[in-house]
Amino acid sequence: MLVDSNKNSNKEISATLLEVKGLRIEGLSEKGWQEIVCGVDLKLKRGEILGLIGESGAGKSTIGLAAMGFARDGCRITAGEIIFDGIDLRSATENEKRKLRGTRISYVAQSAAAAFNPAHRLLDQFAEGPIDHGVMSRSEAKEKGRALYRSLDLPDPDNIGERWPHQVSGGQLQRMMVAMAMSCGPDLIVFDEPTTALDVTTQIEVLKTIKEIVVDRNVAAIYITHDLAVVAQLADHLMVLRYGNLIEVNSTGQILEAPKQEYTRALLDARTRHEKTTAEIPNPEILLSIDKITAGYGNGPDILQEVSVSVERGRTVAVVGESGSGKSTLARVITGLLPPRSGEIRFQTDLLPAALAQRTKQQLQKTQMIYQLPDVALNPRQHVRDVIGRPLSFYLGLRGKEKERRIIELLEQIELSEKYIDRLPDELSGGEKQRVCIARALAAEPELIVCDEVTSALDTIVAKAILDLLQKLQHELQLTYLFISHDLDTVASIADRVVVLYAGRVAEQGPKSAVFQPPFHPYTRLLLSSVPEMKQGWLEKTLATREAKAGIAREVKITERGCPFAERCPEAIPEICSNERPPIQTPASGHIFACQHSPEVLSK
Amino acid sequence: MSNILKIFSSAPWSAKFGMVVILFYAIISIFAPFIAPYGETELLGRAYELWSDKYLLGTDNLGRDMLSRLIYGARNTIGLALSITLIAFVLGSLTGMIAAALGGWVDQILSRIVDVLMSIPSLIFALLILSIFGTAMPYLIGTIAILDATRVFRLARATAMNVAVMDYVEVARLRGEKLGWIIRKEILPNITAPLLAEFGLRFCFVFLFISALSFLGLGIQPPTADWGSMVRDNATLIAFDDITPLLPAGAIALLTVAMNFVVDWMLHKSSGLKDVS
Ligand SMILES: Nc1ncnc2c1ncn2[C@@H]1O[C@H](COP(=O)(O)OP(=O)(O)OP(=O)(O)O)[C@@H](O)[C@H]1O
Ligand code: SF4
Ligand SMILES: [Mg+2]
Repeated sequence: MLVDSNKNSNKEISATLLEVKGLRIEGLSEKGWQEIVCGVDLKLKRGEILGLIGESGAGKSTIGLAAMGFARDGCRITAGEIIFDGIDLRSATENEKRKLRGTRISYVAQSAAAAFNPAHRLLDQFAEGPIDHGVMSRSEAKEKGRALYRSLDLPDPDNIGERWPHQVSGGQLQRMMVAMAMSCGPDLIVFDEPTTALDVTTQIEVLKTIKEIVVDRNVAAIYITHDLAVVAQLADHLMVLRYGNLIEVNSTGQILEAPKQEYTRALLDARTRHEKTTAEIPNPEILLSIDKITAGYGNGPDILQEVSVSVERGRTVAVVGESGSGKSTLARVITGLLPPRSGEIRFQTDLLPAALAQRTKQQLQKTQMIYQLPDVALNPRQHVRDVIGRPLSFYLGLRGKEKERRIIELLEQIELSEKYIDRLPDELSGGEKQRVCIARALAAEPELIVCDEVTSALDTIVAKAILDLLQKLQHELQLTYLFISHDLDTVASIADRVVVLYAGRVAEQGPKSAVFQPPFHPYTRLLLSSVPEMKQGWLEKTLATREAKAGIAREVKITERGCPFAERCPEAIPEICSNERPPIQTPASGHIFACQHSPEVLSK
Repeated sequence: MSNILKIFSSAPWSAKFGMVVILFYAIISIFAPFIAPYGETELLGRAYELWSDKYLLGTDNLGRDMLSRLIYGARNTIGLALSITLIAFVLGSLTGMIAAALGGWVDQILSRIVDVLMSIPSLIFALLILSIFGTAMPYLIGTIAILDATRVFRLARATAMNVAVMDYVEVARLRGEKLGWIIRKEILPNITAPLLAEFGLRFCFVFLFISALSFLGLGIQPPTADWGSMVRDNATLIAFDDITPLLPAGAIALLTVAMNFVVDWMLHKSSGLKDVS
């Protein structure tokens, strides 16, 4: 990597840049001040990345902010020292800290989309910081911005800054945010879950950018995440945290190879892929069949184009694809929220009316839905009793004692006790909320449950517990799942059959064993190769592959002609792929494959 | 009861003051016949008598007891304002929530109607309607209620829109719930806080509006006592350095200020903190 841009080369590299000793932080809750960080030490040198990892509530972000000398709202630092390059941040004035924060320390938050002002151009927002701090003039700042965009490999670096935030993709926006953090040439950057909201393909890009910056510019970084595999690609050292306590600190290699603590092992284990084996079901019955669905919003283009999927009773069919590929749109068509422009949906042999309003109560009862964000899927004013009780009285006509008994039964089924019955959503953790959502779906006694990214918003360990619960319920109740996800690890652990969706078209579908094993469809291969593995050096290896060079992350574009993947496909045949619809091939039993190449050719 | 006391003691001094004042007004309006020394329309003495032991605040332009009319005026003006505000709220929040929940052309039509009504200055609109149809009570109530309902509609629609896009509302739709249930159980409980706060504000506006209309002679008709017309009828006294006509105006102002204190506090409470239950 480049060393010439190393502006700090005159400084002593091995010197400690940041040192935190015995840090204690209290947070204000209903029960008064409570300790949320209980005595944490850390040391950081230039050119080093420290990974802070743990579940939500572990105090990661609180520590990240404290490293910059800030206490978040409703928190106070009660003890400890924070020394940044010889400056004691705890005794520094607000003004001094603000100055430091803009110029020598910067912060990259989880959601770039929320951090940018949608009403200003990107480059103008970039320039604000340096101008405010009086480091550069406007034209200098803009010049610097373009240079940074170039060095971060953003497309069209000279002009991209003139765009508005909504005109660039999520990954690009996140990289713009990194560029903004670099604007004044900081010595320390705190990254707070910068890739959690992104697709695997986009994540790679951002990780690459971060790694290059730290190495090339010799800055120090703190990287906060709950995903071990991600931080393993970047960090030199890892700190495992739980409930504000330090569980384990060690070099990344040591933690991955030989974790000392039980909790660290649990974290590692939750991220390890446990493949589900598909048992044979004799005479499978087709529960849901979707035939040549084409759908779109308003007068817009067709988001889904001739999508056909069939789901067998008692099985899990996963729909995977990057953001914008139309997964949720498919769920909306199935549930009747978005009547398709053409095509049919059948439940068993029943033709389902396209629009929700025309479906009967019995038809509605058979399909239930679970959502990505349990926070907005539960009415904040309804107690658990009402949430689970409503479908019971609505569909099954249960009342009084009988209803109460059934609610408690359902609570037990989702592994919550009776005492949860009178709680409001506010009084539940993320995982518990998702369980209540599952119970609400179960209460209707459905045959099919559509799960839209149900674990994406949860921590690894909680997510694993939810997946286990879903599998247990499937086993007990013979449920059928349509499982939408962009996380291939999750899909591998739960699906029997996989549908790979790209730009509203099925790239391939088939039994999981056929889809996730060679020969791969070019798009599936790209997705699979982008999932971080729990070992160091994976990132570099992946970036050197053909897929990466062909353009790992580009926007998903809906096309009218040819193969929608053509622009990004390393196997693309010039002229043909971008003009002709890929032929549908059916190589093995139940495997459907849309590509100009035959699987045999691709396996070479 | 202890709950109410607890909420009361947790309120800031301004809200406490506001609540005490509102309670005071409420008691006066409810028990007016028992509190007032004389009848509402009783002609007692000469016009414009000075403050005395007999007539604590003197008499008005027709020789009626000022204090008694002030007390009855509270009852009439506040009672009228309250019923108008209630009607406006039922009308406005119901249509607002329906517009938000249904969207599409229903929302379009309702919103356009409201836009048209709001584009006409409300005083001019009221003067127009009342001079066409006369100032009978039902017209007065209807006109001001419709005018106010447009404002409530705007608020209810905007807040309900935020709720209507939530997944839990989608869950209810997918379950097959009817519009009434979605509005009552899913949307309304989540917008009551801003609606309540708005209720306080609207009440003040209605109250001022009625007083203004009365002052212009289009509001509550004589001989019924109300504060607006009391200011007008006795305005000449101001020229003689007598502050009596300012008392009804002061009563209006005090209630408005008290109401705003309470509303501010309620807005603050609903703007984030969990409710006390
Ligand atoms: N209500 C809507 N109106 C218009 N366009 C929409 C609407 N919802 C989604 N789209 C568009 O439809 C396309 C597919 O969106 P969809 O939400 O189905 O993607 P997804 O695969 O679920 O993505 P993600 O992983 O981000 O949830 C996108 O281009 C999106 O912009
Ligand atoms: S059809 Fe062409 S562009 Fe599409 S996946 Fe196959 S090779 Fe790639
Ligand atoms: Mg989606």
